[in-house]
Amino acid sequence: MISYFKMPKISKRAWKVWLRNRDVFMKTYKVNFLLPFFEPLLYLFALGFGLGSYIQVIEGMTYARFIAPALIAVAIMNSAFFECTYGSYVRMYYQKTFDAIIATPLSIEDVITGELLWGATRSLIYGTILLPVVAAFRLIELPSSLLIIPFSFLAGFLFACFGMCFTAISPNINTLSYPTYLFITPMFLFSGTFFPLALLPEPMQYAAIATLPLTHVVGITRALTFAAPSAFLLVNLAWILLVSLILFVLAVNLMKKRLIV
Amino acid sequence: MAIGSIIVAEDLTKQFGEFVAVNRVSFTVTEGEVFGFLGPNGAGKTTTMRMIQCVSPKTAGTLTVFGMEVSTHQREIKKLLGVAPQEPNLDPDFTVRENLLVYSRYFDIPRATAERIIDELLDFVQLRPKKNTLIEQLSSGMKRRLILARALINSPRLLILDEPTVGLDPQARHLIWDKIKSLQSQGITIVLTTHYLEEAAWLCDRLVIMDNGTILVQGSPNELVRQYVGSEVVEAENEPKVIACLERNGASYEVFGNRVQIYTMDPREITYALLKECKLGQVTARSATLEDVFLKLTGRKLRE
Repeated sequence: MISYFKMPKISKRAWKVWLRNRDVFMKTYKVNFLLPFFEPLLYLFALGFGLGSYIQVIEGMTYARFIAPALIAVAIMNSAFFECTYGSYVRMYYQKTFDAIIATPLSIEDVITGELLWGATRSLIYGTILLPVVAAFRLIELPSSLLIIPFSFLAGFLFACFGMCFTAISPNINTLSYPTYLFITPMFLFSGTFFPLALLPEPMQYAAIATLPLTHVVGITRALTFAAPSAFLLVNLAWILLVSLILFVLAVNLMKKRLIV
Repeated sequence: MAIGSIIVAEDLTKQFGEFVAVNRVSFTVTEGEVFGFLGPNGAGKTTTMRMIQCVSPKTAGTLTVFGMEVSTHQREIKKLLGVAPQEPNLDPDFTVRENLLVYSRYFDIPRATAERIIDELLDFVQLRPKKNTLIEQLSSGMKRRLILARALINSPRLLILDEPTVGLDPQARHLIWDKIKSLQSQGITIVLTTHYLEEAAWLCDRLVIMDNGTILVQGSPNELVRQYVGSEVVEAENEPKVIACLERNGASYEVFGNRVQIYTMDPREITYALLKECKLGQVTARSATLEDVFLKLTGRKLRE
């Protein structure tokens, strides 16, 4: 049990793995860049401006304004999570990229850390490119919303670590559907994203705060886009930092157990 | 470490749970030689390679590479190694050149130096015209050559080739053999695994034959042939009277299905005896090969 929480030895060589993934991303940026960009926009139009036109006011604002920060948070979640589940699984199992890299001076710790940092970077990219769009619809406050840029990397790292833990224990690529449908989808709906957390029965509110990372991420993005800070943000931030650290250590050790035999 | 010893293994053991994949093997690879690991599937060759490469931790025994212990000096050892794995794990997201460039970064090779080395290596493996081709458009022979080039990107002192020619046509195989010989002449020590016996006989200065995780024999190909089967093989049909005849003459023979192989230094005498005493029609004589040693030691049972 202790071995799952052994502090990994990481080195700056992890950036070489990050660079490898960046190079692939740049080669296919047309597909990478534009397609994931559409999804949040579709939600914004369908829910924010469509369904939202029946909602006069929610928490003192329009519905589109209410869900804009949630859509940014969801984009942060999806980009890192799917990169470090399906993306990493393909590199690990089908392309044997990890095997090729650990035959060089890089260690498995470097490889996994590089993958996680890359997952976080993808969140940074998608979190950031949504900002000018929602800003153009006057749905967010500036300049406080600009803090979402660094925050998306941090939050992305959290979801990257979550994804990597599942990747490490998945017997095959199909079983990655379990975390996708049982974890990501409920989180997408019940983390204070499309309706305030306060509408949930009280025990469920606590459960959401305790176990759903997206709750904390939405809490922060919403405070930033409304320019409405509160003391609870510190709880959100502390939760994200603590859980990221635990899951990072766990992800590296689980992967090490899987790949170093 | 003895002078000139590149790899020294003593009682090296690897267990996967209850299963002992490599069982107390000892061997020494000397600088500048081509050293082969032969054996049927599941003999423990690849596991041994993976321990040398520092990607699979040993269970027991000692293993040093360049005088450094594998469990504590992984980065230092891996810096000096070139590895061509059995499964082609080239990066399908990249072109030929990009594969080598990305790999060179893992060894901290500066970009300009890497570009120069890449051109040299692509010339060496005759892939220069394919420089900007995506991996999936390469033939399997080209992929093998690219893997060899990739293994050479850090100018390694020791090259590990796991089944370097598996699945290749004779032309492609001969090209790889030429390259291996040429690398040896540049002073690179080479360790390879194969189950092509003629390949081992042609390339290896010394080799070991492994089966069920242990080393059965080691030596030079010629020594092994002479020691275990003699210089010649006479083949006859497996019939009771032939066996009886051989028993009478005290010959060294083995029965493989409907054939009997007689190992000898003097094929003429045996052939003569068989023809004269046993009145046989079908007798053939040929030179003994490493394959005879291999089959004699590991048996003819199919390995899955």
